[in-house]
Amino acid sequence: MDKVVFRKPALLNDTPMHYCPGCTHGIVHRLIAEVLEELGEHDNVIGIAPVGCAVFAYNYFTCDMFEAAHGRAPSVATGVKRANPDSTVFVYQGDGDLASIGMAEIVHAATRGENMTVIFINNGIYGMTGGQMAPTTLPGQKTTTSPHGRSALEHGNPIKVCELLSTLTGPAYIARTSVHDVKAVKNTKEAFKRGFTMQKQKRGFSLIEILSTCPTNFHLSPLASLEYVRDVAMKAYPLGVYKDIGLPV
Amino acid sequence: MKELRKGNEAVAEAAIAAGCRCFFGYPITPQNEIPEYMSWRLKEVGGHFVQAESEVSAINMVYGAGGAGVRAMTSSSSPGVSLKQEGISYIAGAEVPCVIVNMMRAGPGLGGIQPSQSDYFQATKGGGHGDYHMLVYAPASVQEAADLTYKAFFRADYYRSPVMILGDGMLGQMMEPAEIPQAIDPATLPKKEWAACGHNGGTQRVINSIFMNPDDLEAHNAHLTRKYEEMAKCDVMSESYRTEDADVVLVAYGIVARICKAAVDMLREQGIKAGLFRPITLFPFPYDAIRKLGDGGVKKFVSVELSCGQLIEDVKIGLYDSKNRPQVGIFARVGGNVMKPEDIAEHIKNGEVRSSWIK
Amino acid sequence: MKQIIVGGFGGQGVISLGLMFAYAAMKDNLNTSFLPSYGPEMRGGTANCSVVISDREVASPVISRPDLLVAFNTPSMAKFLPLMAENGTAFVSEEFAEPYKGRADVVAVPLHALCGENPKGQNIVTLGAALAHAGLSMGAAEEAVRQVFKNKPQFLDANLRCLHAGAEWAKKAVRA
Repeated sequence: MDKVVFRKPALLNDTPMHYCPGCTHGIVHRLIAEVLEELGEHDNVIGIAPVGCAVFAYNYFTCDMFEAAHGRAPSVATGVKRANPDSTVFVYQGDGDLASIGMAEIVHAATRGENMTVIFINNGIYGMTGGQMAPTTLPGQKTTTSPHGRSALEHGNPIKVCELLSTLTGPAYIARTSVHDVKAVKNTKEAFKRGFTMQKQKRGFSLIEILSTCPTNFHLSPLASLEYVRDVAMKAYPLGVYKDIGLPV
Repeated sequence: MKELRKGNEAVAEAAIAAGCRCFFGYPITPQNEIPEYMSWRLKEVGGHFVQAESEVSAINMVYGAGGAGVRAMTSSSSPGVSLKQEGISYIAGAEVPCVIVNMMRAGPGLGGIQPSQSDYFQATKGGGHGDYHMLVYAPASVQEAADLTYKAFFRADYYRSPVMILGDGMLGQMMEPAEIPQAIDPATLPKKEWAACGHNGGTQRVINSIFMNPDDLEAHNAHLTRKYEEMAKCDVMSESYRTEDADVVLVAYGIVARICKAAVDMLREQGIKAGLFRPITLFPFPYDAIRKLGDGGVKKFVSVELSCGQLIEDVKIGLYDSKNRPQVGIFARVGGNVMKPEDIAEHIKNGEVRSSWIK
Repeated sequence: MKQIIVGGFGGQGVISLGLMFAYAAMKDNLNTSFLPSYGPEMRGGTANCSVVISDREVASPVISRPDLLVAFNTPSMAKFLPLMAENGTAFVSEEFAEPYKGRADVVAVPLHALCGENPKGQNIVTLGAALAHAGLSMGAAEEAVRQVFKNKPQFLDANLRCLHAGAEWAKKAVRA
């Protein structure tokens, strides 16, 4: 008898994803699905999609989902979680959604210790609207609204979300990972598992920031985009666990 | 049993009685008694209260809880309700039932904290973006505030639509004997098959207001419009007082309508045939009922409002097709001022019909 | 129908006196509305409230011409006395009553004397003094006082004494 060595997670359906070639959303979607299935939570999940490229995330997942207004996903998730405390909730947000228009919502969900897991995609640019400057765009980085490169004097400085949120008492787990190579993907999966386990054990708020790519708006090939993450983005945004209150033994 | 209750607290307790189990709010005068009451009362019934970081966040929490199938409510006052408009548009688009309370204060901007009706357009004509409406109830007493809040949760579920309770600072702060409707156990309500609450048995439920294909969005707009047309047929409510033989009819809603009632009695004592028409639903507006008054012998309608000429527009729309095309004027106080019965009576006795509220 | 306005400084028991009028009216099976002023003025400034009592449905909770005015300070007297209805009556503390001496419609109440050893009971003394004018029963007023002090039972008896002191004084001193 043949042995199944690879299959699609139950939480994903067969819809072809609309993401651009080389975009890392697909990897992250799959990791969420794999981890929730491995934790046995795939039937108990409610997802919150953001505004941004992942606005159609509900097309790819099989679980119940909400499409939130721009930046408001942590508030929607708060409502969902209060209405349904035993569900497992994931919040999917990009850098514009989370760190610009939704800064108040994410900070307060974190400080309340809302028992939810936030998957934060940081690629340093607005993808869906066509490559504008994001709150996490790096100094010198050219975007359609910083055509000469981001300057601290003119545009201000990038926001470091993990560093900022880890100063709060509410969060249980905060980590920054990447998906630029196989090892990084595996580390990201472990971080997701840690975050969702925190939620399952009602330890409070968890957030995993994933350094991601946008080949289309970086104007780089998919491979060069991954190298950019490794060589540039990771220097500005160091990977690591920023907070971990631990799990009961 | 009747108890002396504050308007805001009657709204809160009636919501509990209707099975509301999630409340999200942010402090603003003059509605603070609602979140304050909910913060301890919901705990007693196993519900959830969150003081959000902003009204923007609070309405999105309502979206989440309502979309997950629980009866949910938020309350605020004018500047806070402006902040909620984005969320209300999404809630209307995604067809999430919920109840939103606005105890109006005077504006624009930060304005004042005294009573006002200046959010009439915002409430009835769609305060946020896109084509949508919601049922808008305008209670005129503490008892009616309790009854309409209770009813609002049932109509919200029936239509899968937000319902607004539109009161003002006076209604929120005043006390009257009132009885709260019989409490229901929310566990006994029919299951909401559409709600996104997990364990979906293989059929995904999505709470969503995005339709990228114009034909799909047009079909969705038509679906919403059909709801609003059904509301206009089935939900419209109004009260007429001493209008049978009236020459002049005051049109007013909420507490202002009660001030008008006293004015009508004063005018009648002085031999002037005055009456009162009170819309109880502001959306749908009771256009047919007011047109029928216009078809009768009423020669003059006066919109009495705490706004600079908002209610009067619906009065005019209602009378547009009436046979006699009676005169329509306005009498208003704004900025947080409230007219007294004598002020209205004197204005009517003067006999002039003003097109502007400014003297 | 009775239209009552109570005015004074915040902290003088203005709002709770208005509430007691409304509560007693409810206990007497009458219709009633209680409308307080609200906002920053409640925090130490002037406060007032309007109470309507009626055997019919209460139309306007907003009062323009009170039949019964209770004023705990001079500014409230100055503001509301000119609005008082014909045949109306104002109750005012003796200490502010000097300018109105000789007016039959202004009743000067010796609040300090009637309070006895309960100086905070001025509003309850006034409730007793104005009870007959408000058309309310002593039984209902007692229940209203009990309601206000339901969480502070140690103050109940002293305040009930104030209520009776006010009512007894009014029987002798005030023409109904």
